[in-house]
Amino acid sequence: MTVLDAPLEVPTRGALTSRPYRISSVRHQTHDIVTIDVAPQQHPIAFEPGQFDMVYVYGVGEAAISISSDPASPGLLSHTIRAVGWVTRALNDLQPGTTIGIRGPYGRPWPLQEAQGKDLVVIAGGIGMAPVRPAIVQALRERERFGRIVLLTGARSPRDLVFRDDLDRWHTDRDIDVHVTVDSAVRGWSGRVGVVTKLIPRVPFDPENSVVLVCGPEVMMWFSAEALLARGVPADRIYVTLERNMKCGLGSCGHCQLGPVFVCRDGPVFSWNEVSELLDVREL
Amino acid sequence: MDAPTSRSQTPAVVLDRVELDALFAELVRQDYEVRGPTLRDGVIVHDVLAGADDLPRGVGDEQSPGRYRTTERADEALFGYAVGPGSAKRALFPPRQPLWSAVSVGDADFRIDEAERSAPRVALLGLRPCELAAIAVQDRVLLHGTVPDEVYTANRSDLLLIGVECGDPAATCFCASMGTGPGTDHGADLLLTELLDGEHRFLLRAPTSAGQALVEALDTRPATEEDLGARAAVLERATERIERDLDTEGVHDLLLGNLEHPRWDDIAQRCLACGNCTLVCPTCFCTTVEDTTDLAGTSAYRERRWDSCFSLDFTHTGPASVRNTTRARYRQWLTHKLATWIDQFDTSGCVGCGRCITWCPVGIDLTAEVATIARTCEDPATPARS
Repeated sequence: MTVLDAPLEVPTRGALTSRPYRISSVRHQTHDIVTIDVAPQQHPIAFEPGQFDMVYVYGVGEAAISISSDPASPGLLSHTIRAVGWVTRALNDLQPGTTIGIRGPYGRPWPLQEAQGKDLVVIAGGIGMAPVRPAIVQALRERERFGRIVLLTGARSPRDLVFRDDLDRWHTDRDIDVHVTVDSAVRGWSGRVGVVTKLIPRVPFDPENSVVLVCGPEVMMWFSAEALLARGVPADRIYVTLERNMKCGLGSCGHCQLGPVFVCRDGPVFSWNEVSELLDVREL
Repeated sequence: MDAPTSRSQTPAVVLDRVELDALFAELVRQDYEVRGPTLRDGVIVHDVLAGADDLPRGVGDEQSPGRYRTTERADEALFGYAVGPGSAKRALFPPRQPLWSAVSVGDADFRIDEAERSAPRVALLGLRPCELAAIAVQDRVLLHGTVPDEVYTANRSDLLLIGVECGDPAATCFCASMGTGPGTDHGADLLLTELLDGEHRFLLRAPTSAGQALVEALDTRPATEEDLGARAAVLERATERIERDLDTEGVHDLLLGNLEHPRWDDIAQRCLACGNCTLVCPTCFCTTVEDTTDLAGTSAYRERRWDSCFSLDFTHTGPASVRNTTRARYRQWLTHKLATWIDQFDTSGCVGCGRCITWCPVGIDLTAEVATIARTCEDPATPARS
């Protein structure tokens, strides 16, 4: 392809242009994690579980943030954000009524279709609950389509656990088998102590007939995948979601490359057999 | 540039050197701003040209790893040099591109205004075959990627390309290995070959109807066998002068199968991670965005600018960067350029222009590095990771 074979259509609206959305509520999850809700009436964002948006703070910048709300309720769009860099710190300081910019959704979602008729196992560490929450909410709404639904979630300490309301509700819900653990306990914690990956060999699910969604720090996903493989889950049924520096969300800024893959466009959800060799190369 | 009219081009014609200004006049009449090579501060750069007098007359160049000098030629050639540091990328995908701005409304609200994309009608003149090939690569990435890039598309949509075949490649050139030069039959609306034997003249070929319209407006004569022979001689001499080569056969699997080769450490000892190679590369497309406000905070601006995979913060996520070492960053650049680019866009990211060799302050030569890895890898047949 060296010459243009048709006149070019210049897009009228930039793919990199945000839309303003007013924050309807701010829910503090932990000391450094906040959930920001917007109520998009004019321009609702239809998304699938596991997708993300680029969220902009006026004058500060933009960050890739997983959508954590229910995909069936596009009238309420939530992003759950841990204060790490300057944009996410600014997001943690915002008040209801403030306007933020949002563009999206981007990325390949969790393969919930593939999980139908199988056990759905979700493993999340810390803020890793944010991108898997829409998948759990959707699966519970379509409960009869799945076998067991199991959630293993962990955090550094009890005060770092997010979506406590959901966890409390799901804990008493027979539709989902919830296992919560913390790396280190504090006085008053009566739950499990230990890393979340240690739960994998013990919880009841059928390894040969399940789909597993994993989100957490990369090292946690490694140990999870190893434990899952050891239990007999095929590599192409283990899904992880990767975090990389992203500036565009469209596979064009180049930042999120992992070998041949653009994480923002080809992922962020990948099956373990797609990315384990790539992740195995240091600093790729 | 419009579609090629047919496989068989209209017959080549000859334009006398003194008639070259008529080409500029016709381009201006057709409302084009002409940009092409000109000499500035001892370097051939691309800039707006008023006429043939703005072209570098009697200028040659000497290039070697880490070195660039323009020289005086014994003749009056207007295109007697190889590529300088600038490329069409600067015109089509500028180093800084405003994306949008926002105006604050009240305490906590803002309105977004999109940047206007009014691209001038540009004719790029004097592009070498490797540069035309680079535009074809950028077309794949920026026109035919996931989403057509708004800036590139706007600049590309009304573009006229006038190529000039290469008669004087530099010592850093390796276009022949990449199959992009020194001659070409496509990629431009009009193709020139500068003929210096006997009367100073240009052989013109027009692969597109826009190019043919230009030719028809000029005072040309049909090319003779002698003219065509002179062109063949120019290309033959150019091909002979190209010293460097890169063995593209299997380079994808070679590099991806040797991600832990000790040569990467060796390169990292020399590489300054300055990013020069990515800036002069005519196909490197990585960008970042910058957000600024005015002093009062009443307006905010969002701008995209070229970025380089050699910078530490390029892969910064959360608490750390993925590629902390220069070894990892050079490896990313070279494996992307020569290997994963093929996976992503079904073409190599390298056109063999040699700019990254010339403008590397320590003279790292990718052709030599690839050859070294090929010579010293344990198993050249190692399959690629993918």
